[in-house]
Amino acid sequence: MNDDLRELYQEVILDHNKRPLNYGPLPDSNHDANGRNPLCGDHITLHVRVEDGRIADVSFEGEGCAISRASASMMTEAVKGRTVSEADTIFQQFHDLVTGTRELTAEELDGMGKLAVFAGVHDYPARVKCASLAWHTLNAAIAGSDQPVTTE
Amino acid sequence: MTGLSTSVYNVEAVRAQFPILGVRVHNKPLNYLDNANTTQKPETVIEAISSFYRTFNSNIHRASHLLGELATNQYEGARKKVQHFLNAEQWEEIVFVRNATEGVNLVANSYGRQHIGEGDEVILTEMEHHANIVPWQMLCDQVGAVIKVIPVTSEGELDLSNLSDYFTPRTKLLGVVHMSNVLGTINPVEKIIEEAHAHGVPVLVDAAQSAYHMAIDVQAMGCDFLVFSGHKLYGPTGIGVLYARRSLLEEMPPWQGGGDMIESVTFARTTYNQVPYKFEAGTPHIAGAIGLGAAIDFIQDLGIANIQAHEHDLLQHGLKALTAVDGLTLIGNAAKRASVFSFTLDGVHPHDIGTFLDFDGIAIRTGQHCAHPLMQRFKVPATARASLGCYNTTDELDALAKSLTKIRETFV
Repeated sequence: MNDDLRELYQEVILDHNKRPLNYGPLPDSNHDANGRNPLCGDHITLHVRVEDGRIADVSFEGEGCAISRASASMMTEAVKGRTVSEADTIFQQFHDLVTGTRELTAEELDGMGKLAVFAGVHDYPARVKCASLAWHTLNAAIAGSDQPVTTE
Repeated sequence: MTGLSTSVYNVEAVRAQFPILGVRVHNKPLNYLDNANTTQKPETVIEAISSFYRTFNSNIHRASHLLGELATNQYEGARKKVQHFLNAEQWEEIVFVRNATEGVNLVANSYGRQHIGEGDEVILTEMEHHANIVPWQMLCDQVGAVIKVIPVTSEGELDLSNLSDYFTPRTKLLGVVHMSNVLGTINPVEKIIEEAHAHGVPVLVDAAQSAYHMAIDVQAMGCDFLVFSGHKLYGPTGIGVLYARRSLLEEMPPWQGGGDMIESVTFARTTYNQVPYKFEAGTPHIAGAIGLGAAIDFIQDLGIANIQAHEHDLLQHGLKALTAVDGLTLIGNAAKRASVFSFTLDGVHPHDIGTFLDFDGIAIRTGQHCAHPLMQRFKVPATARASLGCYNTTDELDALAKSLTKIRETFV
């Protein structure tokens, strides 16, 4: 594989695409939202159970490209057990990382753990929406918005 | 039909006329398989546009100088080229618009508003591009009319088994795509038009995809309206054509108002110019029309029948090469089709296919192709689509198949 392509499709992304974590329904969820990317036909449903301001459990379902599936899978892993405000901080950092809005500090990057593999996305404006769809949908689920999220 | 030459189609000589085919993408030679999206432009088209701006740029129909006369002659000359290209009876039946989409919008807003009212019906097909759905939906929503939809079979053909049942005394228009941008299916529009006319219903044909693959004869076809875009015909963007029978154009009210479409204006009353000018308000895309004229010359020099024969060879080769790729499913399998392949690859999302192919220099389209109802019909969220033109080669198809095999190994 070409080096630039490898930068975008890191091994961990391909792995999460093939075997996503927390994929499927969540019968006792209390926050749910739909998100879609009309340009490529991606759609995702996010299920969250929030207890005492903490994300007790989270899962996702839907169809999407490797970037969006891996991002959803790794997001569920990153936010499960966190408080809603901690999850929001990670979202802001993730957003800055994939859009290239600002350089993250070494400490912030370290705190993001595996999510840092999405740094390659900011060179591909068409794929930023794929990487951020799950996060926007999580935001909408927690905010209790019943409007479907769209990346357009 | 021109150019039924006995000489062998020399694809390398055709390629040499397209400067862009020499560029490199991600350091690979460009393998352009996105022609249903837009085609590349030959040197003669680029030169015609450049020459207009360099040597006789002027407004048309209103300048009292030599350059204005030259520009007018070229613009109107392009209209006559379109007339002959479509075998329209009269040049007055050719209206320049921005693209096929604008052509449909013009018919919906002019003819449609005049003839379609509450409780009336418009027949469309499940295979339509959004360009031939949304303008009708907007009109129907406003006037309280309804849309009826002819379904598509699992082979990707229109199900015409009970076509006559779709017509009622309230049917006011039928819109049909000549060739599917997703499946490559070529629809039997002549048969549909015959049935529609038997019920007194006029037909609009969307020829955006067919116009660069096969000869179009509006008189033999019998259509009442036909639209296409210049940019899919090896011509520039921003110019398209609406063909309509003169008797219809004469009766239709103008859609957009402004300069050039009038005969006389006072604040009390405006009288309109003759057809087709009453539908061409404001300064048109003069360079675009001239470029489109050059594109038609290019196609006719090559011979549309020769292009069609070459693309048929590519279609056969591509079907064989792609079905040999593990995990690949072609969407649609129409008996009569042109060189468009929509497919899915088991375990790889189309968007990822598009990105990986791009790094091999291969340009395709992925997504829903402005045809959401058709995607829903085949229950796929998206497809990858390779679509061919006059300059593509069997080697390029082999390269596509090879890349797809490699991609699948990465993902599965």
